[in-house]
Amino acid sequence: MSPKALKGINRPNNLSCFTTVFRSEAGCSERTRCISSGLWALWSLVTVRADHLPSSPCTPSTALLSPRLDELRPLYMDFQATTPMDPRVLDAMLPYQVNYYGNPHSRTHAYGWESETAMEKARKQVADLIGADPRETVFTSGATESQQYCVARFYKAKKTHIITTQTEHKCVLDSCRILEAEGFEVTYLPVKNNGLIDLKQLQETIRPDTSLVSIMTVNNEIGVKQPIKEIGHLCRSKNVFFHTDAAQAVGKIPINVNDWKVDLMSISGHKISGPKGVGALYVRRRPRVRIEPLQNGGGQERGLRSGTVPTPLVVGLGAACEIAQQELEYDHKCVTVLANRLVQKIVSEIPDVVKNGDPDQRYPGKIRLSNCLFFLKWESLLMALKDVALSSGSACTSASLEPSYVLRAIGADEDLAHSSIRFGIGRFTTEEDVDYTVEKCIQQVKRLREMSPLWEMVQEGIDLKSIKWTQH
Amino acid sequence: MASCSRAQVISLYRMLMKESKKFPSYNYRTYALRRVKDGFRENLHVDNPKTLDMLINQARENLAAIKRQVSIGHLYSAQKTIVEIEPHL
Repeated sequence: MSPKALKGINRPNNLSCFTTVFRSEAGCSERTRCISSGLWALWSLVTVRADHLPSSPCTPSTALLSPRLDELRPLYMDFQATTPMDPRVLDAMLPYQVNYYGNPHSRTHAYGWESETAMEKARKQVADLIGADPRETVFTSGATESQQYCVARFYKAKKTHIITTQTEHKCVLDSCRILEAEGFEVTYLPVKNNGLIDLKQLQETIRPDTSLVSIMTVNNEIGVKQPIKEIGHLCRSKNVFFHTDAAQAVGKIPINVNDWKVDLMSISGHKISGPKGVGALYVRRRPRVRIEPLQNGGGQERGLRSGTVPTPLVVGLGAACEIAQQELEYDHKCVTVLANRLVQKIVSEIPDVVKNGDPDQRYPGKIRLSNCLFFLKWESLLMALKDVALSSGSACTSASLEPSYVLRAIGADEDLAHSSIRFGIGRFTTEEDVDYTVEKCIQQVKRLREMSPLWEMVQEGIDLKSIKWTQH
Repeated sequence: MASCSRAQVISLYRMLMKESKKFPSYNYRTYALRRVKDGFRENLHVDNPKTLDMLINQARENLAAIKRQVSIGHLYSAQKTIVEIEPHL
């Protein structure tokens, strides 16, 4: 009975529903009993076994490889990696997957015309969100592809210097590395301890042969917001192109490319509750920015990016942008409240927790806390917090065991860099989610610290940095 | 106009809340309930009939979208999330 009860027969609960949750004291098993009345008189006794046994934190969870039907899904707190798609976005996309399947570039029949209308409407929606003209938006397959157009060979003959920061996203850093191999010179600007760049240093670094400055608006790992308006004005005054990776910022903070004097901007669909596999690139027309097409073919997207524009995806992106614009203030308010709640609760219970990044110039939904587990790495805490989906760095670097390069760039010590995790809060996070995460986090950190001999030493007042570790 | 009457608006609110409770996905359900409540609360004192009409039409469209998405959610349901307890009324 129990597996069937969960297998797609989740009856909706009407007004007279209530549920009681029994939780055993030891926390080893949970029983959920649902009682529904009227038309949905269905007794379902579901026994779920959430594995809360205090086992070794480093044991990999085999349950994750093949989830059983009676296992509960973890809580999602990793909104920087990706976001759940808003139901309104899916609602906008589905007609174009089912019935309106025409190619938007077909000019001879109604299927093409209706797809094209939808595509242009989506273009306007994206452009409105960033304060641009629809003719300046190019649809791509994501922010990474958009960045390939931007971090590229502008006026190669004359200008061969590019400036970026040490905390950029991997795709930008990787592109810069390849350009270096081709003969360009790249300066990686250091950041201050709070994660922000020094404007004076940027001004001094700009040379007559600088072609591009690329600085991300909101960092995906520590959440700091760079002073893009000042940087934009500075670059315009020195006649240097300015590209900003706004994948994490679009839809979360108000953006205006004309106020900010941005020449190129990358937008990602799946970071704003849109579909994965689509993004946009903003290319300024006045003054004109000439970029080279990476994909050649039928001349779609003004010759910049040939290839059939995926109508359902761009309709989803457009809908996501429109929703983000409408909900910007509301989401910002909710996220700020939840973020403050999370940080205050954790900091009040666990001593020696450090929040990375500038406290003011930031987007509140991206929190990175260095818990100072004192050489107990973040993997221990993430493994212990099996019921919460968290991460310790960007998704692209999550496979590596090295601490995040962003933390190194802001000058965090080795122990802080190794023992930090990242909380992401978004549109769909609730108070209960935050409370549950905080409770589990506090419980696990206390338990791990109790087991840690290094924590005992710290409590006795020994300075860990003064210890000379011997090898056996 | 009939659509601007208080009773109509209240009935629309009730229908939105009722449909939102049917979302099988925890994220969508909690968001929809919260957003509908806050949305109606912030527009409590709107007087302009044109704005009212627009808001009511928007609410009707959202109601239709919620109904569709609830059905889709049921077709592709997954296991419950760890924090799920039934929302209190």
